[in-house]
Amino acid sequence: MPVKQYNHLLRLGDGKDYRKLDVYRAAGGYKPLAKALELGADAVKAEVKAATVRGRGGAGFPAGVKWGFVPQDTDKPKFLVVNADEGEPGTFKDRYFLTHDPHRLIEGCIICSTALGISTCYIYIRGEFHEQIRTVEKAVAECYAAGILGKSVMGKPFQLDIFVHPGAGAYICGEETALLESLEGKPGQPRLKPPFPAVVGAFGCPTVINNVETLAAVPLIIEHGADWWNQLGVERDGGTRLVGISGHVKKPGLYELAVGSNLKQVIYEVAGGVLEDRPIKAVIPGGSSCPMLTPDELDIPMTFDALRDAGSMLGTAGIIVIAEGTCIVRCLQRISHFYAHESCGQCTPCREGTGWMSRIVDQLEAGHARQADLDMLLDIANEIGGNTICALGDAASMPVQSVVKKFRAELQAHVDHGGCPFEGQPLPRA
Amino acid sequence: MTLAFSPAAEQRIDDLVKRYPDRQGALIPVLYVAQREFGYLTSEALALVARRLDLPETKVLTTATFYTMLRKRPVGRYHLQICHNVACYLRGSDELVAVAKKKLGIGMGETTPDKLFTLEGVECLAACGTAPALQVNEDYHEDMTPEQLERLIDELRAASRSGGGA
Ligand SMILES: Cc1cc2nc3c(=O)[nH]c(=O)nc-3n(C[C@H](O)[C@H](O)[C@H](O)COP(=O)(O)O)c2cc1C
Ligand code: SF4
Ligand code: FES
Repeated sequence: MPVKQYNHLLRLGDGKDYRKLDVYRAAGGYKPLAKALELGADAVKAEVKAATVRGRGGAGFPAGVKWGFVPQDTDKPKFLVVNADEGEPGTFKDRYFLTHDPHRLIEGCIICSTALGISTCYIYIRGEFHEQIRTVEKAVAECYAAGILGKSVMGKPFQLDIFVHPGAGAYICGEETALLESLEGKPGQPRLKPPFPAVVGAFGCPTVINNVETLAAVPLIIEHGADWWNQLGVERDGGTRLVGISGHVKKPGLYELAVGSNLKQVIYEVAGGVLEDRPIKAVIPGGSSCPMLTPDELDIPMTFDALRDAGSMLGTAGIIVIAEGTCIVRCLQRISHFYAHESCGQCTPCREGTGWMSRIVDQLEAGHARQADLDMLLDIANEIGGNTICALGDAASMPVQSVVKKFRAELQAHVDHGGCPFEGQPLPRA
Repeated sequence: MTLAFSPAAEQRIDDLVKRYPDRQGALIPVLYVAQREFGYLTSEALALVARRLDLPETKVLTTATFYTMLRKRPVGRYHLQICHNVACYLRGSDELVAVAKKKLGIGMGETTPDKLFTLEGVECLAACGTAPALQVNEDYHEDMTPEQLERLIDELRAASRSGGGA
């Protein structure tokens, strides 16, 4: 079966400017919100829970279940915080909503907030997204003017404020508890969990944190129902999602595909195959932290569970394709530098280990690595995993582990050759 | 002369502070206001923010030093930031870096003597599908070729001579 493309979430092709409230409304926008207000909080929560929408920020936790963790009998204010810090290399999907369809996100935020009794929502947008910050702020302002936000949501007895909060160039703030610290004006250093944000989140209060795409799916679920959403995807992993494809493919970009689409078909059919028709060397299936897959591992449905069972992750569904003729050590250099640079430094294994790994990978590429360094690289990676406060430690070690395991011969060649065997070989051209 | 915010900035700060249940919540947005007012965050600017928000200076400093976009040093008029992460690498970002260095005659992290350009390598800009990507101040430039980058630098130079912005 060919891979089907959808335009429920991704609607660039029709030339309309959905940033404008009237255009968004003319296409049916804010009707799901009206419906949600009619249905009532319990019915909305039940529908989202039934829809098995798994967190699009990378971890895949079911949104409806997370919403259920927020205590309803508390006197404290509750917050919704949107994670729009998109920064995992290979990932460029939330930027689409923020740039082109901000009301989709805002509508999702309002449905969530009214269902959970939340009256303040912060949208934390990475600082580099200057244009997107302006776009979302403008859309929010239009909502206030139209009586969709503010003292009353669409004439109903709900009060809701939405504020845009800018990040300031630290990838670690994508981690949900680091994001909360940053929102509070502190350095973005992840917190120990528990307590989880649902209980002690922003400013010490119960907080829901969701990714942009997770919330953008909510209006669709309310409009069409959980059954409709679920039948698009697979069991326990419903719906469609925005899949980003980058690297050495002929048609890189963003595509809306059903959860469970076949990875190999996605690369060859949707993305047009590899530049210069070279064979594939490796694929990173869901952002740079995911263990790499080799060409024989690509015939797999893109679901959280299937990729986990294959020893990798679906993550953010940002696929990076690496063609034959590319040096895997050079690719790993970029990834290892990144995590070393972005470690917040709180945990010794992460702070020291990420720097150490990055230096060994550099030495391999430069031809200064010794035989023992190969084993050491793996030992360090294994030491970090599971011994840290947040998952950045794992994110840094998994790509290293997968490369040492799957491309050991190429690493060995760097040692034996005293440098990079790919020196002077051009990357494929578009 | 002691540093002070403009009336417009003062008003913006009043509005920002109201958005958070405690004053420190407004710290990063207010530091951006200060950066916009004064170009970068000098120790006087940090002290001013601390006084304005009634926060200890050490807290303001700790936060300001953590974040790369809160600048503690001046940058050139055009801040050229080239993504060097893996998806951009695969699509030729090394060539962009080489062209920029050569054309500007500076290394990474440096500013041209005329203070026009600062060149920097940055991490993923979430534009991997249109790689290689770079930013000039607040604007993205995607799907860049070395030739396009050379032209862009020429255009920015020309714009600066005629007094235009980025
Ligand atoms: C190092 C690190 C970086 C992360 N970056 C992001 C990010 O940029 N955006 C995001 O939505 N989630 C990111 N996450 C995941 C969040 O911690 C969290 O799981 C997510 O925001 C929850 O939303 P969801 O359930 O809707 O996916 C990151 C996690 C880690 C460990
Ligand atoms: S694992 Fe790394 S990034 Fe996460 S808290 Fe520890 S030091 Fe910071
Ligand atoms: S790797 Fe350069 S934009 Fe993502």
